[in-house]
Amino acid sequence: MAPSRDSNVKGESSQVSYKKTINTKTDSIIQNRKHANDIFDVIEYLQSEKEKEIIFATNACSRIFCELLDRGDLYVGVLPKEEDLMHGDRSAEEKYQIFMRHRYNSCVELLLENIGHEAFQVKETSLCTLMKFVAAEGKHPLQNLDWSEHYNFPMELMLALVKHLLSEKEDMSLLISRFQEFMEKDDVRYYVMSSVRDNITRVMERNKRAVIPVYQNNVFTLISTINIPSQASEMTNVIVRQETKHEDWKAARLKEHKRAFEQMWLVFLKYKLPSSMYKKILVILHESILPQMSDPTLMIDFLSAAYDIGGAISLLALNGLFVLIHEHNLDYPDFYKKLYSLLDPTIFHVKYRARFFHLANIFLSSTHLPVYLVAAFVKRLARLSLTAPPTALLIVLPFICNLIRRHPSCKVLIHRPSAAEEPCDDPYVMEEKEPAQCHALESSLWEIKTLQKHYHPDVAKAAMMINEPLSQQEEDISELLELSAFELMERELKAERKTIPLEFDTATGLLKSSREVLGVHFTLD
Amino acid sequence: MMRKQKFSSGLSDKVRKSKAAPEIQKNPFEVKINRKKFDVLGRKSKHDVGLPGVSRSRAIKKRKETLLKEFRTKDKNNKFVDRRFGEYDNKITPEEKILQRFTLERQRTHDRKDMYNLNEEEELTHYGQSLAELEKMTDVIDSDSDSEEKGLLSAELTATHFGGGGGLLRKKSAGDEGDEHRPKSRQELIEELIVKSKQEKRERQTQKEEAQVLTEKLDQEWKSIQNLLAHKTPKETKDEADKPKLEEYDVMVRELGFEMKAQPSEKLKSAEELAREERLRLQTLEADRLKRMMGEAEEESAQTDTHISADDINDGFVLDGDERKTLAYKDGKWNIEGEEEEDDDEEGGEEEHETGADDDEGEEEEEEEEEEEDEEAGGDDDGDDDHCDLQSDEGSEDEDDQCAEEEEVSVVAAVSEEQRRATQEAAKAELPYTFTAPESYSDLQSLLRGHSSEQQRLILDRTVKCHHPSLATGNKAKLQRLFGFLLEYVGELATQNPPDLKTVNALIPQIYSLCQLFPEAACKAVQTLLSDSAHSMEETLEVKGRAAMPNLDMLVLLKITALLFPTSDFRHPVTTPAFLYISQALTKCVVVSLEDAYKGLILCCLALEFVSLSQRFFPELLNFLLGLLHLTVPDKSSTGYTVVSPFRQQGKNCDLLVLTDPNASHSWNRKPMSLCTAHRSPVERDHCRLSLLDSCLDLVKRCTSLYKHLTSYGHIFQPIRTLLLNHLPVELYPASIQDLHREILDAIPEEPSQHAPLVFKKKKPIPLKLLTPKIVQILDYGKKRGNTKEEKERERLKHKYKREFKGALREIRKDTRFLAQEKLNDIMSRDAERKRKVKALYGSLANQEGEWKALKRMKRK
Repeated sequence: MAPSRDSNVKGESSQVSYKKTINTKTDSIIQNRKHANDIFDVIEYLQSEKEKEIIFATNACSRIFCELLDRGDLYVGVLPKEEDLMHGDRSAEEKYQIFMRHRYNSCVELLLENIGHEAFQVKETSLCTLMKFVAAEGKHPLQNLDWSEHYNFPMELMLALVKHLLSEKEDMSLLISRFQEFMEKDDVRYYVMSSVRDNITRVMERNKRAVIPVYQNNVFTLISTINIPSQASEMTNVIVRQETKHEDWKAARLKEHKRAFEQMWLVFLKYKLPSSMYKKILVILHESILPQMSDPTLMIDFLSAAYDIGGAISLLALNGLFVLIHEHNLDYPDFYKKLYSLLDPTIFHVKYRARFFHLANIFLSSTHLPVYLVAAFVKRLARLSLTAPPTALLIVLPFICNLIRRHPSCKVLIHRPSAAEEPCDDPYVMEEKEPAQCHALESSLWEIKTLQKHYHPDVAKAAMMINEPLSQQEEDISELLELSAFELMERELKAERKTIPLEFDTATGLLKSSREVLGVHFTLD
Repeated sequence: MMRKQKFSSGLSDKVRKSKAAPEIQKNPFEVKINRKKFDVLGRKSKHDVGLPGVSRSRAIKKRKETLLKEFRTKDKNNKFVDRRFGEYDNKITPEEKILQRFTLERQRTHDRKDMYNLNEEEELTHYGQSLAELEKMTDVIDSDSDSEEKGLLSAELTATHFGGGGGLLRKKSAGDEGDEHRPKSRQELIEELIVKSKQEKRERQTQKEEAQVLTEKLDQEWKSIQNLLAHKTPKETKDEADKPKLEEYDVMVRELGFEMKAQPSEKLKSAEELAREERLRLQTLEADRLKRMMGEAEEESAQTDTHISADDINDGFVLDGDERKTLAYKDGKWNIEGEEEEDDDEEGGEEEHETGADDDEGEEEEEEEEEEEDEEAGGDDDGDDDHCDLQSDEGSEDEDDQCAEEEEVSVVAAVSEEQRRATQEAAKAELPYTFTAPESYSDLQSLLRGHSSEQQRLILDRTVKCHHPSLATGNKAKLQRLFGFLLEYVGELATQNPPDLKTVNALIPQIYSLCQLFPEAACKAVQTLLSDSAHSMEETLEVKGRAAMPNLDMLVLLKITALLFPTSDFRHPVTTPAFLYISQALTKCVVVSLEDAYKGLILCCLALEFVSLSQRFFPELLNFLLGLLHLTVPDKSSTGYTVVSPFRQQGKNCDLLVLTDPNASHSWNRKPMSLCTAHRSPVERDHCRLSLLDSCLDLVKRCTSLYKHLTSYGHIFQPIRTLLLNHLPVELYPASIQDLHREILDAIPEEPSQHAPLVFKKKKPIPLKLLTPKIVQILDYGKKRGNTKEEKERERLKHKYKREFKGALREIRKDTRFLAQEKLNDIMSRDAERKRKVKALYGSLANQEGEWKALKRMKRK
């Protein structure tokens, strides 16, 4: 007990002591220039082992330098080297300013390093302090610039911050999500975007265009959350207010924002990405990227490349392509052929099934499509439905019925009175890639007939629809799209039943039923 | 006889019917023709021609017959009518009259009273008293009234009553002379008389009593002497024999009277009949099942659970038969056979017996009846009945005692069984006969823990019997809870390491019978377990994107589900979710180890079992089988088929079922695998692979025969065929598997079969619109307002009422006029009479006057 208490006391005393020293020193620095040298001690704490000390020191630094920046006690302009300070003929005032500026620079460097610290608290405090510096520097620029032509924004600081934020070794997603709050400021966002662009180019070129998953993941986390206001009038939230010609400032113009956003993304997508990243990007592409770009058509190359990859990535690219085709007049040759080739047995088992059918529904909604094409789709879907789970079948069957409703010429698929009673082989060629040559129109939907014997009552009922002429009204499949197997089961469980039929064959043992299959292959031992 | 004066209704009828004379009808002055405004074609009118004179005279005549008569008898009293037969008939002679009257009376009485009088004697009477009663009168005088009457006839009384006044006076005077001179008043005399007569009566009574005592005494003495009279013996014995005989007869008569009338009992059924009945029952059940399979009966609420017998009051008392059997009698002895059977049953030796008992409940009841009848016929003492009552009233509550008794009796009855019985006793000794129903799952655990599986079954059996719903109100809920606990317990048994599936197997009959008792509760319990498991699977799927195969407890639960509920139903609250659960497991649960493959295969077996009867299409099953077969293919490149989730075309765990050692196939032989998977050595693992493959192929074979009739049969099995034909390394496998392989390839056609193109179902032709006119019934002609039927009817009635009212008014007026006329006529006739009489008087007076005057003239002359 004793030692621990001892250490406790010691810890407390040290805690108290460091707080006291830092506080007194901070006060003395701010109050009197004579104590300028105390700044060394404070900065030293930034490299301390203990998190609390670092945090405390960081806050102290923030106080000191913000105060100094406010007062204009930091040297403005090109900073002479510290060694030159001795033999330069400068006034004491100037010397002090240069000295303090050097200290400021070293403090910023240490803070940037602390962004890579293992403790999140330290990271967060450092980040916040740096952003305070950004704001302060924006107000009191440290560069001696021509006021009329340039706008104040600490670009270097921003660049350095972004560089450290987008680590190549560490997943920074937590800190980046903290950083988002700052990106609500328009100017910050603008400069971050341009910094990210530069950063990506630099990092990727240095790594010879190889895939760096951690880095790219960080970049994605950062840039996927960027949200540009939809209207220029909303662009008023800035961290640094320009005194003159504020309206002409790039960071205040929506168009510039969009351009920066677009360039950032294009640079990001220019390099090879991990395959999971493609999926992530494609998922958000149509919602959060395309609308914010100044010229979405620039994404065509990326999208068509993704569409050609096949599988799930193709499915996802479909959505972006749809936006381009629909809103930006993209002419995509063989689009339907590709869509047709996307249909394979796995389509009913992938995660993005709902999205695919939603889009397919839209693509095939046009009544101007050729009949052979629609028939090919219908027949192929029907054939594939032979391996589909019930949740998918509940989408596909109404989907097929809807297609036939839209294109009444496809009715021959379920009703061909001319050739009734004449058995024939299925003329449909499953392997044919070209919808025009797969003879779908000459076939019938025997697969749906098979599904009428499906074990799930709803599926069987849906399949029964083709027995009679279809009603005019289309079925709404949007509700069925997100239906999961568990929901389907719940629906079954919650249904009210009046009676519960029971098995009348008396059960005598676990493996002794009248139709035993399990007992044939397995024993109880 | 009194009777109201009535008018014969015949008269008025006659008047109405009498046709007016034809000459009147022909007379044109008598005829009035009613002119018609419009001639309506086809309408027949009765009133086109009228005869006003005739009808008026007819009306007057009618009034005369009715109203006038009524008027005449107004304010008159009733009169006597003698309705005796032939009273006013002068043609019949008095003798005949009497004879007729007598026969009539006899007939009347005969009709009423003596309808059922079988002995035809009529009662003969004398002065209104039954002669039979008179005959019955005995000599013994015991009635007071009789004696009184007799007393009346005494000389003094007659003297006093009948004109013996002098005598009485004389007597009095004599008494006066003896005692007092003063004569007694009449009052005193009468009092004296009364006192005297009473005294006499008392004396008579004492005399009679004495006489009776004497006769009795004499009788007794005679009896004592009787024994001494030797020659009188035969008569005496006969006498004595008579008495008991009579009693016996009486007893018998009484017994027969009280004995239950022979009741029509059901005919004992022959084995054939029983079999036929059973077949019929199964047929109806099967038909019902088929209906549900087609999804037709889905809405039909009427459930015909044939486990319920016709006498069942629907309290779920199903196990009754079994229970009662323990206490049956045969020929006045304990039914040892039955008991033995029961014992065996309890020992678990004969499972068939119980199933038989459950199945042929009717038979069971039949047997019972038989036994009961036997018991009655045996006519054993009352103890039996008591016991029976006890059994039926308290049921198995004191089964303990009963069993003890059973033991005793059986020892007495069947000494040869004693040894066996003793050993059985030893085994059973630890188990009590009554159990409290577990209130929580831990209760059940503590109840069943540490017992062998058979004992556990016995415990459950007894618990269920002790808490039968018919015994107490709370028992239903207890047993319903018990079902849930049991399922939980089964789950725990299956998750143990190693799993105790033997016990699970032993508990199945109990679970089944409980489920039969409480379908709703069972349904809820199974649903909850399914939903919980599916929910946890869904959660892991959402988090990880894939889930592990369900554990053995879920597999066992699914199997039990298939045992308890019909899997062939089109839609069923339990089996449909179970289907979905299997489907989910077969599509989402990854196969990363041999154990997973095992579980998958078990699921496949279950899936096949689920659909084997309804022949429903189960795509996931075929996908999974294809995937499993894919795992056995060594070269995964360039396949002509696609495997779907949860399998991958290529990747790790894709060679799970590829044989590591080709020689393993030589040492492999086909035998069923164990449900409980365990770790194995490399050679064993290869054997397992072979077993898995074997089962897999067998399942595929079953599938091919099951789905043969589906239209897309060829397309469904094409991937499997491609795999088996081109990719499976058949030559590495043992001969039996190769055979199986060949059979499957034979079963799947190379080319998909041909089918006729689809056409819509032929619809029933819509019947043509019928053009027959709509018929509206016209209730009354003429202009009647009101649109609806009711309104029209109302209007019609109103009109009718008005018309009738007017008619009645008119009739009344005519009646009064007629009456007034009649009254006037009366007065006129009366006046005329008076005038006539007065005239006559005057006439006679004038005559007298004339005569007198003539006489006077004569005198004067």
